[in-house]
Amino acid sequence: MNRTIIAAAVAALAGTAQAQISDGVIKIGVMNDMSGLYADLTGPGSVVAARLAVEDFGAAKKGMKVEIVSADHQNKPDVGSTIARTWYDTDKVDVIVDVPTSSVALAVNQITREKGKAFLVSGAATSDLTGKACSPNTIHWTYDTWMLANGTGSAIVKTGGDTWFFLTADYAFGHALERDTEAVVLKSGGKVLGKVRHPFPGSDFSSFLLQAQSSKAKIIGLANAGGDTINSIKQASEFGIVKGGQNLAGLLVFLTDVKALGLQTAQGLIFTETFYWDQNDATRAFAKRFSAQAPRNNYPTMIHAGVYSAVLHYLKAIEAAKTDDGTKVIAQMKAMPTDDPLFGKGSVRADGRKLHAALLVEVKKPSESTGPWDLYKIRATIPADQAFRPLADGGCPLVK
Amino acid sequence: MTEIFGVPTQALFGQLLIGLINGSFYALLSLGLAVIFGLLNIINFTHGAQYMMGAFVAYLLLNRFGVGYWWALLVAPIVVGATGALIERTMLARLYKLDHLYGLLLTFGLALMIQGLFRHEYGSAGLPYQIPAQLQGGQNLGFMFLPNYRAWVIIASLAVCLGTWFVIERTKLGAYLRAATENPALVQAFGINVPRMITLTYGFGVSLAALAGVMAAPIYQVSPQMGADLIIVVFAVVVIGGMGSIMGAIVTGFGLGVIEGLTKVFYPEASNTVIFIIMAIVLMIRPAGLFGAAK
Repeated sequence: MNRTIIAAAVAALAGTAQAQISDGVIKIGVMNDMSGLYADLTGPGSVVAARLAVEDFGAAKKGMKVEIVSADHQNKPDVGSTIARTWYDTDKVDVIVDVPTSSVALAVNQITREKGKAFLVSGAATSDLTGKACSPNTIHWTYDTWMLANGTGSAIVKTGGDTWFFLTADYAFGHALERDTEAVVLKSGGKVLGKVRHPFPGSDFSSFLLQAQSSKAKIIGLANAGGDTINSIKQASEFGIVKGGQNLAGLLVFLTDVKALGLQTAQGLIFTETFYWDQNDATRAFAKRFSAQAPRNNYPTMIHAGVYSAVLHYLKAIEAAKTDDGTKVIAQMKAMPTDDPLFGKGSVRADGRKLHAALLVEVKKPSESTGPWDLYKIRATIPADQAFRPLADGGCPLVK
Repeated sequence: MTEIFGVPTQALFGQLLIGLINGSFYALLSLGLAVIFGLLNIINFTHGAQYMMGAFVAYLLLNRFGVGYWWALLVAPIVVGATGALIERTMLARLYKLDHLYGLLLTFGLALMIQGLFRHEYGSAGLPYQIPAQLQGGQNLGFMFLPNYRAWVIIASLAVCLGTWFVIERTKLGAYLRAATENPALVQAFGINVPRMITLTYGFGVSLAALAGVMAAPIYQVSPQMGADLIIVVFAVVVIGGMGSIMGAIVTGFGLGVIEGLTKVFYPEASNTVIFIIMAIVLMIRPAGLFGAAK
């Protein structure tokens, strides 16, 4: 008798929980650069990461139906906007994940807010997503320009790199990264001698590097990413810039970039990341699983790790809130502490900033590396409460 | 120090030289396009992909077979040129009687497919290719540090461009080629195998692209989209120079490289549009291009 009552109650509860999930399916849309210069550091790998998160959450066992779709925004805000609208309006997508390229992410951020859905940013960098463009429907997960500037910029100024020249990708991301780094350099007592903005994406940087060279700045800050950073570093070495006594600061460098450059060219480069696969047993196990499914068996970048962590927390929040309503789930995600094998324990702040530790890393010398993906030494860990911009400084209208 | 518009003249020399280096690639690529268009009337949109293939063949030769840069300069153009000849024989040859648009669409489709295949196989971050040992380092010219490899690129590209121009405009073989495009039936009547000559010409144009690809490999990452980024600019160069004009392609290639280089100093934000602005102006004033003859 008792047993039937309990069973009925459970069924009823399950029924209500089910009823709150729109059309019975949680649909996750992974949108990023599937074919261009950011495809290796985001791309199909992010879809793999999302799939692993759904698997580890145990959606099937819990009776939740989760579906993953993906699309290529080609780094164009108009293409990204069209995909986002179609996904939300006709394809019943509940959450958009990843979205590298800040200009595209800012557009999707706006649309998500209009539609009351959820947006989990892993790929894009601009700190405006938790600043003046912050939204109750967006969480900025993995990293941002302020964190990169703060981690790398202050470490370099402290070791004597006090005059800077910026080589900046001419769009929202590059501008934000340059602005945030410049602020850190000035605050630490350094000087900015000049800057040049290059078209995005670029291929030949020699002209800009020559301008950087004649500025006589000690540090050439690369406020660009992916293929642009790779070519800048490669051509800087060709023009003897490092041999001439100037140093490069890669402000945003990913595992796949270092792999593409080769240790011979990339050795000694210092930059900030929030995830490295060789941190502990849990991250190594994840990297192994990821690599088995990823294109060309690549290892995960911090963006891939961020997608995994964000999707996992999103599903936990749906389970707890018993709804997939975008605004409510994001609120629930902010209310619950985060915990996953890749970033450990953390939290999501009112302005949508996910907090976790950052790593200051240095690229190994070829002689120090023991395997094809053994690329970094971790020089310092910046604790979560210092890694990101203080809540009050961002100017996010949500926290006023 | 003397200055021009606030830029020291010394720095300006450096930028001019860099413009010439980039111009070498424009010239080599637009030369191949001009040869193919001038002699075959095909707008070869696969050119960028074939340039990329040249770089990849060099990479594979080095990493699979241990064959270095210098042999790659010879082998890669032959290999890629042979695939070009195959494409011409099996596909393009069927389109000569149709409108230009068909050739354009076919080659564009092929370019997308080739790029997609390489991206699937090798990813988008690109692969490293080292500068050959003999050309590492560089010279300090006083106003700039010139990497030896870049100096080599200018010299090699000039030599290849002028050689090609000479063969087509000043030799008997070139005369046959030009005659065959004017009146294939008549040339065939003189006992010359015109279809084979056309296949070889297409193969040669393609191998020029592959050669540029090998020369670009040590400077840029070897990556599937390296050609896609470049091909649109190169088409603009060909249009400015005059479709099909060999000398036009060479001169505008180097010239626009320099103009683009200067834009990078005075107004960097416009450096990837300046060539298209020039193209629009040239098309308004001389629709056949600077060196093209109005038909």
